[in-house]
Order: sequence, then structure tokens, then C-alpha cells
Amino acid sequence: MEAGKVIIAKDLTKKFGAFTAVDHISFEVEKGEIFGFLGANGAGKTTAMRMLCGLSLPTSGTASVAGFDVYKENESIKKNIGYMSQKFSLYEDLTVNENISFYAGIYGLDDDQIREKTSLLLAQLELEGERKSLVRSLPLGWKQKLAFSIAIVHDPAIVFLDEPTGGVDPIARREFWSMIYAASAKGITIFVTTHYMDEAEYCSRVSIMVDGRIDALDSPKNLMKNFGVSSMDDVFLQLARKAQRIGD
Amino acid sequence: MKTIVVENIIKKYRAGKVEVEALGGVSFAVDQGEIFGLIGPDGAGKTSLFRILTTLLLADSGFASVDGFDVVKDYKKIRNRVGYMPGKFSLYPDLTVQENLEFFAAIFHTTIKENYELVKEIYSQIEPFKDRRAGQLSGGMKQKLALSCALIHKPTVLFLDEPTTGVDAVSRKEFWEMLHRLKMQGITILVSTAYMDEATLCDRVGLIQKGMLLSVNTPKDIIEEFQHSLWAIKANEMYPLMEAIKSDPAVMSCYPFGQYHHVTFNHNENNKEELERIVENGNYTNVEIIPITANVEDCFMALMKE
Repeated sequence: MEAGKVIIAKDLTKKFGAFTAVDHISFEVEKGEIFGFLGANGAGKTTAMRMLCGLSLPTSGTASVAGFDVYKENESIKKNIGYMSQKFSLYEDLTVNENISFYAGIYGLDDDQIREKTSLLLAQLELEGERKSLVRSLPLGWKQKLAFSIAIVHDPAIVFLDEPTGGVDPIARREFWSMIYAASAKGITIFVTTHYMDEAEYCSRVSIMVDGRIDALDSPKNLMKNFGVSSMDDVFLQLARKAQRIGD
Repeated sequence: MKTIVVENIIKKYRAGKVEVEALGGVSFAVDQGEIFGLIGPDGAGKTSLFRILTTLLLADSGFASVDGFDVVKDYKKIRNRVGYMPGKFSLYPDLTVQENLEFFAAIFHTTIKENYELVKEIYSQIEPFKDRRAGQLSGGMKQKLALSCALIHKPTVLFLDEPTTGVDAVSRKEFWEMLHRLKMQGITILVSTAYMDEATLCDRVGLIQKGMLLSVNTPKDIIEEFQHSLWAIKANEMYPLMEAIKSDPAVMSCYPFGQYHHVTFNHNENNKEELERIVENGNYTNVEIIPITANVEDCFMALMKE
């Protein structure tokens, strides 16, 4: 892996028939960075993310994630990344403990490590009293915090978060971001999508996809300066209004 | 006459041995032609309330009426006059766009042609795909079709349960512009959302959390009710700055808001000096401190803490 670069994408492209979902995107993400991956619905974020996670083969271009090639080493990618989305994160009909050991097992931790990680994680989240509760019975804010902790239980090089805070109450949303900061301070790279523009401002750098391309990529501060506006919301509106595609 | 009346509605669910109170005695009323927003996170009880008002769920106790009709006794009359867009996509995935709309028109004894004017603005955007199956549509198009189907029988009251969840900032703006045009036609709208910034687009809002209304008011008055002076602070070192502010005994709350942290104190005097004192005790660069007016999210968090 090139020193300090967790993602290197060059001209990464995905076509479905005549439709180009992701159109020659190039970017790099540094170790420990919080990288915001924004775009309107249908801009191509999910497709790009699936390629980076080793779940979908690119049509052309190159990319490496955590030092592994997305074409040849996609199995190694899956072992070295964490993933969490708003839509799917935990098994509702398993308990808190069962979810932790299930995922930790999948990520290849042995029994001793699982035991150790479970107690550490429950203590951090102050969830000891709920270890035997079904995940279904937890408030959404707790679920999402648990899901995030589980997604990084194997200390991955990078964690992909797909709209992790949708629908979460404003205090829990901020607690969630504190966890993101803490993980990033530990050297875990964060790759996050969100529709909350205030959250975009918490990122080290932000890319904005429009119609399959990356139309802007910089720190929130520089983006706002370059667009001559005072919030990321306005940056986003200026760019996304140019989109030709019908939203997904 | 109030178009929607909700009086002390209680709804409990039983999950195994545990009883969960989804709605713990909720009361409010919505005027004719008003856009009323129920603002609150997942699990606040918004969907239960929508299902009770659209006569799909019975409350344990309390009274509710829509357009003057009792949700229990007159449920058939209510069903004829309300449009409901559930949070979960609930159209027929194996029917085409046009077939879905025709179906919903037909069960209300009307036709697309008869009420086309009402849905035109929304439906025309998906009409190029009218022969595509609804299950094959993208999220944004599904949302437009669902709204068309909820409107095709010319309802007097529209219930929209989290129509903008997972929708990007641009599409959300467009969706709200559309709601304001529907309001102009005299339709009363009850809409729920987890996005606090959408509160300002409603005539009045109810802030809801854990089955209880925290406040019911115009967005302007909710903001005016905010008790504390509020300060925004930023520096190059945001995370250590937040830790330092939070651990100061004079501070009541400190929450990140984009590029700034919003801070309130236990006392409203000399807050600026207090912040400057905290800053002087650390190594911060490019510090900026400004007094600000609260937004709805500040108010919501303050009410949650009470």
C-alpha cells in the first residue's frame, strides 16, 4: 500500500448496459481521514461504494482499498474493511451478545478475542444491562451505535458508513459522530455518506458526485470558500441542481 | 372546525412480556389548510399516530377525528376523504406506474382523467416511465408515484409519513415546494419528518419524542421559547475544544453543529467571557465566538433534556 493512502481510485467506471452509473472517478483517501461521500439520489454513490467494498467489479479503471486490488483481491478487501448501513446493520431477532459474536466470528476473530471484544464494547457503549436483550427492542440510536462498534470490531483499515444516522434523534446523532471522531483518532479511516449537510461539515474532506462523476472534492472550508457560500448545504444545492439524471 | 383533532391518544404494544407505550397521551389539533409537521426521531410514535388517524389502527384510549368524523365510528367516511402515503413503499411492485395510479383511482370511484390537474405536476415527472413496473423504479420515482396515488381521489386531508427520509437535500427542497402548492389548493397536510430543518417549512409543528409531544407551536414561537442565550464557537481544533467546553462546570450543553459548536451555560450572564476563559486555557487557533439565535434542532435537544 502506498504510504498513508487507504483508497486509491483512478478512472473507476461502472456501466450497466448503455448506462454509465459511475463515470471515471479518481480520488485518494488518507489513513485516519473522515471522508464524506456526498451526492444526490441516483448520482452513483452506492455503485461506487459497492466497487470499493469488493462487491461489484468495475467496468474499467483501477482502485485499491486497504492495499488490495478491487479486481483480483476483493476477498482480502472484505476482510479488511468494516461496513454499516442505515437499512441493514444488525439481526433484529438476535440478542446484543449474539450479534457481536456472530459478526466478530465472521470477521475471523477467535473465541478469546470475541470474549474480550464483547466486554470492551459493552462497557464502552454502557450496554452491559442489555447484553441479553433482542436488538429489536433497542432504540434506533443505540442500535446504530452498536452497529458501528461491531463494524469496527476487527480493527479494519477503513469503515464504510452508508447513511448511518438517518432517522436518529439529534442527540444520538451527535453521539454517533463522537464515536466516528474517536475511531478516526485511532487511525481507522472513515468513508461516510449522509444527507445531513451539517454532518458533511464534520468531515476532513468531502467529495460530491453528480451524474456519476465527482464534481467537487476538497475540505468543507475550501469548498464553501470556492463556491462563495457559508454552508455545505449551499455548496450541495449549487452542484446537485446541475444534475441531468432523474433521481433514484 | 378543526380538520384533525387528537385528544389524549394512548397506544401501547406488547412485545413478549414487555409493554411499550408508543403514544402516551398525545393531544393537538390541525386547522383546515394547514401544514402541520410532526417532528421527531424514529420510534417517537409518529407512525402509530398516522395509522390511528387513517383508521388502520385502534388507539387504546383517547379520541381522534378527521374532517369532523370519528376515527372509530366513521372510519369508512374517513377512508374516502384522506390520502395516505406510508413511510414504507406500499404500492403494487408488479403493476406498472400507470396501473398503480389507475387502480387507486378506481377504488375511489374516479379516473386519472378526472383529477389529472391535481397530480399533473408530480405525475408528469414519472409519466415517461408509465409502463415500468413500480418495483423497478428508483427511490425518488417511487416517492413521486406514491404521492400521486395518495392524491388521485382529491383528498381533503393528506397524511405523509416521513416522505423525505433518505432523500437528498435538493429533492427534499422540491418536495416541500410541492407541498406548499397543494396547501394553496386547500388541502390540509399532516407530515412527519426526522429532519429538524424541515420544521421551518411547516405552519405549525409538534415536536415528538418517546410518545410525548414536547411542544406544539409555530416554528417561530418554538424558537422564541428557547430559554438560554446560545453561543457558537469554532477553532481549528474542534474536537479538543468540545471536550474542554463540555467538561467546564459553567456549561450546560455543547453540541456540534456543522462548523460550529453550540454552547449554552447554566447562567445567562458573561457567557462570552466564560468561553474566552475556556479558550485561554487551551491551545486553540483561529477562534471565533458569536452569539446566535437557536434553530429548531437546538430547541428539540433542549426539550429532550428537560
